[in-house]
Amino acid sequence: MTTTSTSPAVRARRGFHTRRWLLTLLTYLITAVFLFPLAWMILAAFKTEAQAFATPPVVLFTPTLDNFHRAWGAYLPALTNSLVAALGSTLLAFVLGLPAAFALAVYPTRRAQGVLTWMLSTKFMPAVGVIVPLFLLFRNLHLLDTLPGLILMYTTMNLPLVVWMMHSYLTEIPAAIYEAAKVDGASVGQEFFRIALPLSMPGISATALLALIFAWNEVFFALNLTSSAAAPLSVFIGQFKTSQGLFWAQLSAAATLTVLPVLVFGWIAQRQLIRGLSFGAVK
Amino acid sequence: MKRTLLALTALTATLTATHAFAATTITIATVNNPDMVTMQGLTSEFNKKYPDINVKWVVLPENELRQKITLDVASGAGTFDIATVGVYEVPIWAKNGWLEPLTPLFQKNPGIADTYKLNDVLPSVRNALTVGGQLYAVPFYAESSMTFYNKDLFKKAGLTMPQNPTWQQLQGFAAKIHNPTGGVYGICLRGLPGWGENMAFITTMVNTFGGRWFNQNWQAQLNTPAWKSALTFYVNTLKKYGPPGATSNGFTENLTLMSQGKCGMWVDATVAAGFLSDPGSSKIVKSVGFANAPVGPGTPRGSNWFWSWNLAIPKSTKNEDAAFKFLTWATSPEYIDLVAKTKGTWAAVPPGTRTSTYNNPSYKKAAGAFSNIVLSSINRADVTKPTKDPVPYTGIQYVSIPQFQALGTQVGQYMAGALSGQLTIDQALKQGQDAANRTAKEGGYQK
Repeated sequence: MTTTSTSPAVRARRGFHTRRWLLTLLTYLITAVFLFPLAWMILAAFKTEAQAFATPPVVLFTPTLDNFHRAWGAYLPALTNSLVAALGSTLLAFVLGLPAAFALAVYPTRRAQGVLTWMLSTKFMPAVGVIVPLFLLFRNLHLLDTLPGLILMYTTMNLPLVVWMMHSYLTEIPAAIYEAAKVDGASVGQEFFRIALPLSMPGISATALLALIFAWNEVFFALNLTSSAAAPLSVFIGQFKTSQGLFWAQLSAAATLTVLPVLVFGWIAQRQLIRGLSFGAVK
Repeated sequence: MKRTLLALTALTATLTATHAFAATTITIATVNNPDMVTMQGLTSEFNKKYPDINVKWVVLPENELRQKITLDVASGAGTFDIATVGVYEVPIWAKNGWLEPLTPLFQKNPGIADTYKLNDVLPSVRNALTVGGQLYAVPFYAESSMTFYNKDLFKKAGLTMPQNPTWQQLQGFAAKIHNPTGGVYGICLRGLPGWGENMAFITTMVNTFGGRWFNQNWQAQLNTPAWKSALTFYVNTLKKYGPPGATSNGFTENLTLMSQGKCGMWVDATVAAGFLSDPGSSKIVKSVGFANAPVGPGTPRGSNWFWSWNLAIPKSTKNEDAAFKFLTWATSPEYIDLVAKTKGTWAAVPPGTRTSTYNNPSYKKAAGAFSNIVLSSINRADVTKPTKDPVPYTGIQYVSIPQFQALGTQVGQYMAGALSGQLTIDQALKQGQDAANRTAKEGGYQK
């Protein structure tokens, strides 16, 4: 009998610790991989053009605010447009999509599945396939380069997402809860506002954040349907690219300014988001 | 009641007053090239002259701009009062009736015509922007292509660059300079696929090797010996004496390589002369040398390309007069003076447009080393006679049909495939030949 031998329980615990430690390391590694482009972009934003394009890459340098200075002029109007378009379209998509998702989830008819698939089918077509008719429609309705036009566009873009995601969250709520409410004399409206809404809050915030990000990042429709008055941040970034000379530093500064609001918002909403995204994951 | 009436009168008066001062707002679509950025910065100077015209800018990357303006102009949406249009599009758009002819506007505004001095605009440039006797755009700046070389590396190898080199000579020089272990490559050329990237360059090479895209009956000519010898020469030169991964090198990448002293030679746009002479971005300011674009064994014709960015007025505009005022201001001799004054150097003025610029002693002093080559290259570049044998199209490094953007980019991918070794030269040319014939048939050019 040797004193150095370890009991199976201790060994198992050690194995567990090693595995945990490895898992933590892996998590950091993955995070680093994901954060690297973002960090590199922010770093490039403070370089001169020559430094941003240099090989081998420059890591130590005297930061400059020149790029931000150049980007700042057009930033605020574009930021306002992006905020209005993203928030407005998300709100509108929820006003229209949430009741639809509720009806499809809680009171499904024979054709509910068909309706859902049809909604998703609007996403099958590449945007470029519909841009000409859309452009003509917008031109005739005088919606080109207007914020209502952009809000309308993003609402239709995000509506299928809202209906589909909210539908899956709402079907998670056990039917028994609605039945209990009905026994207590609740109307359909009350079921929606007092049961479905509060219970699907994490789902709503996750969906809203996704819809916001999609609208925020959208560039194709923005590029074609707006020009100056309603141009959002995604179009604003584009103007820093040039086919002559170097542009990575100024492009990085513009991109950093564009990402910043979403980053802050995502950080604040982190908790809700994680709850929302893992909601119903263990089924 | 009295007070309401008073208020109403005041309101009406204010409205009338505002109306009397009502400014016209013009929207200008442009790209983010350094010369255009300067133009935006000088908007306030324009407003000093024309206080009743507001200017709004829409700045986009080249391809997005092209797509957006096309959609807008073709549908008559009228978003833009002035569009920045490449020389490739001007004849196409003019034929489609999308652009306002400028000749009548010059006749209508003799005051502007007097100070504008249209005859001062380089004849080859004017020629490229004229369709059916009507001028459809005015040049903001123009460029050709030329040879850049590193004098230090040439001296070290005991070489001298002639003023008018041939492709054979360039290949010989590249072989002597090439030293990849020392981080120096004999020659840097465009390899990045795209109609405005590798195909612009390869087309000039094919021209001077005696080839052409189409014959007079719009039959594709990529199966001719001229294309084969040009492409073989290009692939061999770049594979043996070029930087690694040349298929991802476009103008910007090669500019960086060249300005860091890593290339012995580079054949590309004349605008690079200014960048390579700028101490802010170039390490070879003192050692950069300039020569004409190389010619091949076929013909000197079409060996150097021609490109210009121009300002034009879309037909759908409602502010034609205000647009014409801006367009003539931003391309006038007065504007060129203004840029020199505000930038503090004549090297910063938009090049390639006016004879007076090249006669100006201050410009000669600032751009002396390359100004003559640029001027003679642009003068020599005749878009109407780009090849040895006659062709049914205009354009030196492009074919002025709307389908060329797609065709050029597709063939550009085959050429890049040949360069990277994914395709043989014969395969690349066969596929290119088929694509070009298909385009000519589908476009209704080939009968």
